[in-house]
Amino acid sequence: MAHIIGGYFTSHVPAIGGAIVRGDQQQPYWKPFFDGFPPVREWLAREKPDVAVCFYNDHGLNFFLDKMPTFAVGAAHEYRNEDEGWGLPLFKSFTGHPDLSWHVIEQLVGDEFDVTMCQSMLVDHALSIPFELAYPDAEAWPVKLVPIAINTVQFPLPSARRCLALGRSVHRALQSWQGDEKIVVIGTGGLSHQLDGARAGFVNPEYDRFCMDSLVNAPEAITVDGTVEIVRKAGSQGVEILNWIAARGALGEGGCRETHRNYHIPISNTAAATVLLEPA
Amino acid sequence: MLPTTHNVRDMGAGYMNMATLQEDRLGQPGGRIPGTTLFDGEAARRGYALNAMCYSFNDARNREEFRRDEEGYCRRFGLTLEQLEAVRARDVLAMIAAGGNIYYLAKLAGIFGLNVQDVGAQQTGMSVPAFKQMLLDQGAGQDITEARN
Repeated sequence: MAHIIGGYFTSHVPAIGGAIVRGDQQQPYWKPFFDGFPPVREWLAREKPDVAVCFYNDHGLNFFLDKMPTFAVGAAHEYRNEDEGWGLPLFKSFTGHPDLSWHVIEQLVGDEFDVTMCQSMLVDHALSIPFELAYPDAEAWPVKLVPIAINTVQFPLPSARRCLALGRSVHRALQSWQGDEKIVVIGTGGLSHQLDGARAGFVNPEYDRFCMDSLVNAPEAITVDGTVEIVRKAGSQGVEILNWIAARGALGEGGCRETHRNYHIPISNTAAATVLLEPA
Repeated sequence: MLPTTHNVRDMGAGYMNMATLQEDRLGQPGGRIPGTTLFDGEAARRGYALNAMCYSFNDARNREEFRRDEEGYCRRFGLTLEQLEAVRARDVLAMIAAGGNIYYLAKLAGIFGLNVQDVGAQQTGMSVPAFKQMLLDQGAGQDITEARN
């Protein structure tokens, strides 16, 4: 039977990719953020997951505004990155796990989450950067991928409560999967940041702390707010916390232990965080 | 809604004295969020042509074509007059007012050699160093790195 080893959660801003390319990990500006990763790498090296289920949001690579799914599940054999238009190098491709993807899709639709099913899907920096951070020396990713994209771009966004329930449905799928893989769950994005408008540069450490604390064993507390109120507290792009909430849901309703936390302001315009949760 | 210059100046002052002015940055629950335009259905409709043009910049050939003939490229995507003027002026707040979404506008800003911190500085009426310093100031005393439990 499949085994969920736990999850890691991290920011994904494109500038991280630039820092990796330049080898700036130990520069004073970047070091406090990159220093959050050795514990994640050590944990992954110890646990050796075979599959990653990753909740993220697309930034105009695979999905344009002509067709914007609220929830989309990848069911492809391979996921490629392509030019996103802002000067990042191309990231490595991922091998898919279509059998598990379809199993997840069956569970989700059975649980009345009417997801978009994608047999062809490009993945952007929001998905690649968390892997670059976790497996910096890998020539090929050591895990197969099941990507789940959440619309955090175009309002109306799915509610935080709905995202938590979606994650919990994914958890049921993983529990009933008959394979013997070890599975890691990943939530990407956030934490508080805002790129647009006269409030650009907004961050909110107090709210971020509330989110990180609640994520461990009281994720419902974050879901009390509607998405507009989350934007108010987290910033226009801080609403990517929805990906973290869904990923926490995929760890199940049981308790978790937070075994590592890193928090640093700023990287680019963002309050950056890295959190590691393991089943209690 | 395009914030007035007066509001922009208020935001700048807000960063200098954050503790007392946090409410200015958050607004009231249920009310308008200061300095923030939600990218809702109305904005998505209004901004469609501009965002579609920006989406095309995922292709390096299109970025080159835009550089070569900016006006012609904008015309091909049917930008509104408001959008055309905002692009001509490199005015990000005006682009947002015309329905632009920042994730797409960032692709256009890249062509102009602007990153998100340059764009942030422009929108807040700050110099780029002042904008970066404002972010650093907000991080003072906030760092956490720890094993837990």
